[in-house]
Amino acid sequence: MTEAFDELTELYEDSPTGAISSLVDGTIVRVNRTILRWLGYARHEFLGRSLAEVLAPGDRIYYETHYAPLLQMQGEVRGVAVSLLRADGVRLPCMISSVLRPPAGDRPAVVWTTVFDATDRRKYEQELLRAREEARAAGERERALARALQQSLLPPEPPRIPGLDVGAAYHPVGQGLDVGGDFYDIFENRNGDWTIIIGDVAGKGAEAAGVTAIARYTARGAAVRRARPNHVLRAVNEAVLRDRSDRYCTMCCLMLRQRTGEDLDVTVSAGGHPLPLLVSSDGSIDAVGLGGTILGTFEDVDLHEIQVVLRPGDMLIARTDGITDGRRGDEFFGEERLIRASEELKGAPAAVVANELVRRVVEFQDGWPRDDIAVVVVRVPPR
Amino acid sequence: MLFAHGFGCDQNMWRHVWPAFAADHRIVLFDHVGAGESDLTAYEREKYGSLEGYATDILEICRELNVTDGVFVGHSVAAMMGVLAAAREPSRFAKLVLVGPSPRYVDDDGYVGGFTRDDIDGLLASLDSNYLGWSAATAPAIMGTPDRPELEQELTNSFCRTDPDIARHFAHVTFLSDNRGDLANVSVPTLILQCSNDVIAPTAVGRFVHREIPRSTFVQLRATGHCPNLSAPDETVEAIRSFL
Repeated sequence: MTEAFDELTELYEDSPTGAISSLVDGTIVRVNRTILRWLGYARHEFLGRSLAEVLAPGDRIYYETHYAPLLQMQGEVRGVAVSLLRADGVRLPCMISSVLRPPAGDRPAVVWTTVFDATDRRKYEQELLRAREEARAAGERERALARALQQSLLPPEPPRIPGLDVGAAYHPVGQGLDVGGDFYDIFENRNGDWTIIIGDVAGKGAEAAGVTAIARYTARGAAVRRARPNHVLRAVNEAVLRDRSDRYCTMCCLMLRQRTGEDLDVTVSAGGHPLPLLVSSDGSIDAVGLGGTILGTFEDVDLHEIQVVLRPGDMLIARTDGITDGRRGDEFFGEERLIRASEELKGAPAAVVANELVRRVVEFQDGWPRDDIAVVVVRVPPR
Repeated sequence: MLFAHGFGCDQNMWRHVWPAFAADHRIVLFDHVGAGESDLTAYEREKYGSLEGYATDILEICRELNVTDGVFVGHSVAAMMGVLAAAREPSRFAKLVLVGPSPRYVDDDGYVGGFTRDDIDGLLASLDSNYLGWSAATAPAIMGTPDRPELEQELTNSFCRTDPDIARHFAHVTFLSDNRGDLANVSVPTLILQCSNDVIAPTAVGRFVHREIPRSTFVQLRATGHCPNLSAPDETVEAIRSFL
């Protein structure tokens, strides 16, 4: 019996964990040798202090505002990281747990606290926290970079083309925290024709934005050398294929030539991209062009140039799949809604049509589109 | 009689105090936005970037419930929210009870708040390593059961559970606040309950508040620590009752 008692006493005193007993007001009434050894106190120096007093100052606030109230309310608190102050002022990182032992007879309520030395664990946790912080900062930088890139890849305002009405609109994916790969460009060729490209690079983020840049500048260069939609798309195919990333893109290229009179010749070619819609003043709405191969995956691509004529009052809507793929639950915005919206918007200025289409698709998705959305509208003003 | 909790936990801090006044007062208990069962989506960093935002909420509650000539009881940082609210609309409260108030926690020239700027950074670090009752796993349960408080009670540490980002922000706003200049604007009778050995609001700070608020009464409690509402509810109730 005595032997067992002695061993229990030894276990308490020299246990691998520290043990502190305190009154409810925090006054320390008992402590084991382990704590005294860790903190460098003589027993009589330690007893009578309050628990808060031997915590690092920041942890004191945490103790008083969280730990002590919780202990009172739920009778125990487990596994809280704090630092104890050693007699020489050095901090000892610990994990502490406490139970509240209710009063019994003459014995007042007492709090038993066990203390684990957590020096190594804390170092590791701090490394993890630092790594998480760095990852967050890196992610932030990438998003900022991708956003800046994307912004630089969209022409801010469509250029003025004499005798034509051109409007464009763009909305980024989600709430604009990530960057998708939609882009468009509108520029004049050497011969006075105009080129419109609209495309979508697979994937999101900085890498996709890089491919977007390649596609756009290649298209500009190609159109200057030879103003044919298929030539432009082939050049982009080759450039994206040569690029080291395994991204691909879809793209639609329109070449506009104003004829004498007010009619507009449009030559369309699409590489794996949704076809533009021709909204005629006579009320018909038709997709223009023939589907072709996506760009950046195959050496040989199958592409078709189709020519249409826009008469005064007609408009052409080029878009990315962010419109029809706009989704609410299982329901897609779809071709139907696009056609209905185009009918309703017929006759409005091109910029209004483009903005309104994007607005409707964003609204359809409760303001949080799953993909980015780009629209370019060309209109021959009515006579 | 409106009870406002401080930084750390929620209205449960008053569980042993408010019942003593329920017989002769209408009791108003609430959680600050960001704490307890409040709607976390209502947390706007800008609004709650100063204690004025919280004072605005207190006055909004008063307007909604038609409180005039009420008794405001604020613990810890909520004491200063009450000071700000009472200064803005003096007719709302006939009396203020400030439990462990501090108008500034960080030392300044000729003023001892009890903490240095480094200490406050230590607290923020402490918050970063202790997400009591909060994890990605429990958060959905917390969000998903607003109508079933009995379920939430079962979650450990639920009384002091706070979204880590909000806790950090609230800590920042609380412990770097300076409301010394607002104390003189309190015109109603005010009780200051000062604990013994309170490391968060030391006695010298309580005395300072007493000096600055014109019609204030200072009562030194035997209770130690910072939360007499939990550790010594009888003494706290007694002191409030004799003041009222």
